[in-house]
Amino acid sequence: MLAILVATIVLHLTDLTILFISTCANAWRTHGESSYDLWYDCTQSNGGYRCLWTSDADWLQAVQALMVLATIFCLLSFIIFLCQLFTLVKGGRFFFTAVFQVLASLFVMSGAIIYTVMSPEWKKESDVYGYAFVLAWLAFPLTLISGIIYIVLRKKK
Amino acid sequence: MLSVLALTSVVLLSLASQITAIVVYTSWEKHALVGSDVRLSCSFFSWHWTSPDVTFSWQYRPDGAKEGISIFHYGGGVAYVDNKGPFRDRLEFVGNPSRRDGSILIKELDFSDNGTFTCDAKNPPDIVGHSSSVRLLVFEKVPVQAGVVTGAIIGVVLGLLILIVAIYYLMRFLVARRVFSLSMSKHGKKGKGKEGTQQKQAGPLK
Repeated sequence: MLAILVATIVLHLTDLTILFISTCANAWRTHGESSYDLWYDCTQSNGGYRCLWTSDADWLQAVQALMVLATIFCLLSFIIFLCQLFTLVKGGRFFFTAVFQVLASLFVMSGAIIYTVMSPEWKKESDVYGYAFVLAWLAFPLTLISGIIYIVLRKKK
Repeated sequence: MLSVLALTSVVLLSLASQITAIVVYTSWEKHALVGSDVRLSCSFFSWHWTSPDVTFSWQYRPDGAKEGISIFHYGGGVAYVDNKGPFRDRLEFVGNPSRRDGSILIKELDFSDNGTFTCDAKNPPDIVGHSSSVRLLVFEKVPVQAGVVTGAIIGVVLGLLILIVAIYYLMRFLVARRVFSLSMSKHGKKGKGKEGTQQKQAGPLK
């Protein structure tokens, strides 16, 4: 029982870390030394970094908002899980935690899909998708699985 | 005593110079789409009553030019619009001088209309003061400011979350109160009698 609890907590914390890194790191698209999205267009020239704000595209701002919301909801679900661990009745399900975790996974999915669909128009031929983009797509199934585990999990009698 | 008199006279003199200064107000920046109309508003503040000799004049300085040209003048009750320059047949006076409004309307904007428009108003005897400028920016498509959409989405979702949680706790509180008042009335019928019914009557009165 304790092993399942520890594994669940480890999975949740992994999700949280992945979401944080994916939201904050500016590496959704890279091209050699330059990195673009989610927040800056950074290029390295003459030994120093030059960063400009990203373009004012509506879809990019929507992706920013969805990633931030997914991170916030994942954090909230972790806090609620810790609360429910001590206050839930014996045999009860972690319903609130599951709701927030599933919402976080939906937000990450929406953000990743919007970025995947809209970025080819802005991408140059030589651009490669960066690690933050990969992490975002990885975060979606992990948070979904974590949410489903919380629906199935019951507090020990 | 003398120092107090000197101080008040200095203050009054400075106020007097302020009182006879006219302050002109325009917008800071105006954004508009190509082909649309834009209204440039101009108003002023003056301690004197609005004189019948009030004058408004607008000047236009294109981006990158050193000097401006005069495009509009209102004086002696008559409005004179541009009939030779870049705004001929496109400029219209839509202000109300008796209400201190010297606004103009420019129709069918083009990219060449980008520039600074300066309004100068004079309300005799109040003629000393600064003029005010408004920058006109003509766009093909009105741009979305960075971060507006992001902030709006985050704000709306978090607001909905807080609202749902608040409604949930409110419902729980109300249900708990109804259960409490029902159980009180039951006890009232059995043991407390008058006190119970008095409490029930006090509820609807509130």
